[in-house]
Amino acid sequence: MATLDSKIPAGPLADKWTNYKNNINLVNPANKRLIDVIVVGTGLAGGSAAATLAELGYNVKAFCFQDSPRRAHSIAAQGGINAAKNYQGDGDSTFRLFYDTVKGGDYRSREANVYRLAEVSANIIDQCVAQGVPFARDYGGLLDNRSFGGVLVSRTFYAKGQTGQQLLLGAYSAMNRQIGRGKIKMYNRHEMMDIVVVDGKARGIIARNLVTGEIERHSAHAVVLGTGGYGNVFFLSTNAMGSNVSAAWKAHKRGAYFANPCFTQIHPTCIPVSGELQAKLTLMSESLRNDGRIWVPKKLEDVEAIRAGKLKPTQIKEEDRDYYLERRYPAFGNLVPRDVASRAAKERCDAGYGVNATGEAVYLDFASAVTRYGKEAAHVRGLNENDNTLVQKLGKEIIANKYGNLFQMYEKIVDENPYETPMMIYPAVHYTMGGLWVDYNLMTTVPGLYAIGEANFSDHGANRLGASALMQGLADGYFVLPYTIGDYLASDIRTGAIPTNTPEFDAAEKEVTERLNFFVNNNGTHSVDYFHRRLGKIMWDKCGMARNTDGLKSAIAEIKALREEFWKDLKVPGSADEYNEELAKAGRVADFLELGELFAKDALERNESCGGHFREESQTAEGEAARDDANYTYVSAWEYTGLPSEANLHKEELVYENIELKTRSYK
Amino acid sequence: MNLKLKIWRQKNANDKGKMVDYPISDVSPDMSFLEMLDVLNNQLIEKGESPVAFDHDCREGICGMCSLYINGEAHGPDRGVTTCQLHMRKFKDGDTIYIEPFRAKAFPIIKDLVVDRGAFDRIQHAGGFVSVNTSGNTQDANSIPIPKADADLAFDAATCIGCGACVATCKNSSAMLYVSAKVSQFALLPQGQVEAKDRVLNMVKQMDAEGFGNCTNTGACEVECPKGISLDNIARMNREFSKAILDGREK
Repeated sequence: MATLDSKIPAGPLADKWTNYKNNINLVNPANKRLIDVIVVGTGLAGGSAAATLAELGYNVKAFCFQDSPRRAHSIAAQGGINAAKNYQGDGDSTFRLFYDTVKGGDYRSREANVYRLAEVSANIIDQCVAQGVPFARDYGGLLDNRSFGGVLVSRTFYAKGQTGQQLLLGAYSAMNRQIGRGKIKMYNRHEMMDIVVVDGKARGIIARNLVTGEIERHSAHAVVLGTGGYGNVFFLSTNAMGSNVSAAWKAHKRGAYFANPCFTQIHPTCIPVSGELQAKLTLMSESLRNDGRIWVPKKLEDVEAIRAGKLKPTQIKEEDRDYYLERRYPAFGNLVPRDVASRAAKERCDAGYGVNATGEAVYLDFASAVTRYGKEAAHVRGLNENDNTLVQKLGKEIIANKYGNLFQMYEKIVDENPYETPMMIYPAVHYTMGGLWVDYNLMTTVPGLYAIGEANFSDHGANRLGASALMQGLADGYFVLPYTIGDYLASDIRTGAIPTNTPEFDAAEKEVTERLNFFVNNNGTHSVDYFHRRLGKIMWDKCGMARNTDGLKSAIAEIKALREEFWKDLKVPGSADEYNEELAKAGRVADFLELGELFAKDALERNESCGGHFREESQTAEGEAARDDANYTYVSAWEYTGLPSEANLHKEELVYENIELKTRSYK
Repeated sequence: MNLKLKIWRQKNANDKGKMVDYPISDVSPDMSFLEMLDVLNNQLIEKGESPVAFDHDCREGICGMCSLYINGEAHGPDRGVTTCQLHMRKFKDGDTIYIEPFRAKAFPIIKDLVVDRGAFDRIQHAGGFVSVNTSGNTQDANSIPIPKADADLAFDAATCIGCGACVATCKNSSAMLYVSAKVSQFALLPQGQVEAKDRVLNMVKQMDAEGFGNCTNTGACEVECPKGISLDNIARMNREFSKAILDGREK
């Protein structure tokens, strides 16, 4: 049985990474040419890793299910990327970024990993600028920053509301250079179907060409998964339609432990659900909370009038508004971390103050920011600061410059003009902090199998701070994995190419083919989405923003029953040897139906509230999350033994040597 | 709303393909266009028929995966949006909607409404990058100030999502808007200057090799571009190209 050795280097926190790099094994450039690495997923983590490994000289095979690596869902990240550059001179430092991240994660992440993340963050910005990423700049030509939730400094670099796009296109361009050189062989429209383990080491994958349906064997000396998170287990989330858990789940079934599956981020500012047939939710960036104020009416009669369409939000007087985040958390106000903001919105809506027809929406209002910016602009230009029409016009221009694309997205979806009326928002599933367990080297419990970016669990604890996902993806791919993987591959320089005509590849391919054939031959009555929607509803109702023992137990039973029904009654049209999106979806949802159960089991086991995991049994008198450090200061790493219900729990105790565990307060 | 859909069905690249009629009822105006197609597909699957294949992923207008030529326009009748952001409120009860793939010689059809845009990637492989290795030792990000106006223009060009609407819209199936967006982004930034001449020559060469047509300044691409990429970029690319030629860089 695999052991949980996190392999954290000895020595003082600030020296660990440097010492580690000084003492690892290296692979000489000539030998790198003899080593193959498979990278699955081409988002910020996978894309940056593939490019960097190829630059170093390894032979890389990269896979993505989209039609181009540029379309991985990192592209949709909006707000920004954190880095401890301290360009603003506002007291930022590596330690402060480290501290904020551990605290923001509610003390459930690993100190050494988070410190390393903070340490390499500054380099990411340098690297991206060198690649030609057009970050926002001020009039002096230097990089601009903004602030994100849960911190008291401005350390977030951004490119309007399209930061993820610009960073991913940077990584994509680095990949393109290597594809052009032949150092990366790119497999678009390919889905990883299984990991192949030979003599206890990850030595390849089985992939399916999504255009032809062909099953392919690919071997390598190491396999890297940069396959993202599993938020789509909720069906409705801000993830892309194709985002899935399958690669991570297949790894889990081949021996990789799955850590903290119940740690999910419900993002406070998304466009509310509008209808039963909705397929996807849209995020409104957290950066909007720099300038937007969140409120609901103070009086229930105003809420009634708004829902009935008799009153507009702009008609409600200032004193009749409840800016509940500013009221409850005066120190951080609208910029509290995501988990806190989401629960506060739920609390108001549960109390009956939701402002749309479903009762599940709050306002995000830019009126005061428009006025503030407008007056400033009028002042700078020597114009009349008391001319309200002028002030409004100038203020809206500035807001458009900062958030234009987000406002446009909102208007297209909701059909209301957010420059004139407050946005309506509600929390939605956005990110999963849980993922494959990895050690300090980012290696899973399967030797030679690595997990990077959102696919692993290591850096965000129980709640991720805004603008830290991009930071982690690129840190892992550009600056961490390329070192750590060398230490492992140094012993493989004499191995030679891994053959694919072995019993291990035969067996893995056979399993994959049998499952695909089962799906297309099953004579059921319902489509994949029918089951996926039902799974999502169970997850949202019972494993969502608030969880309790009874709900979680019933979720486990319901998911199990739904899974049985899925295997009996699923209908997949077409055949396995053609372009067949339903078939691809069937495999993904089959895996979600297993993960969902483990998720609920993990949430049940962790009888404390921490970060995004809120157990109703564990809260303070004011309704804040109550952590139980005496009993739960550990990472839950689950070992697959045949069924999700029988998964074995392994615990990695979290040791805090540099930070004192405190009750998280944003008041 | 009740609608009459006329959708291009083509089993694979070798199939001839044809328009097929699908009536659909009870469409909510708040649905997105792709959610409407999801509903149609669910009905087709449960009836045992083959669902309509179409590309999509992020469904928030940024990944560039979705396409569709709707009533003769790339990404449909709305402006500044991709198909996934198009909502049914832009249509009226009783409308007939024609749905076709993005058509161009360089975008072969894979199935139904799904096309192969691999040519776009290959143009990027030819030069859509700055040749900088990942070392952690590049100079500090603020060591070269960049005038805000240039940074903003570079950003505007860089917002291209690579969807191919420009090609599908152009009567010549030209990819000039797409290629010029990348050429411009780098030409406007000091980091991209070093290789600017080789880049434009290599990318244009690959663009021609892929079978895209030429630009005749019609400007339809700019109108249909969901990200509002400006025609100015094409002018800038032509200028960069001329500079490279005059410099004798052409091989």
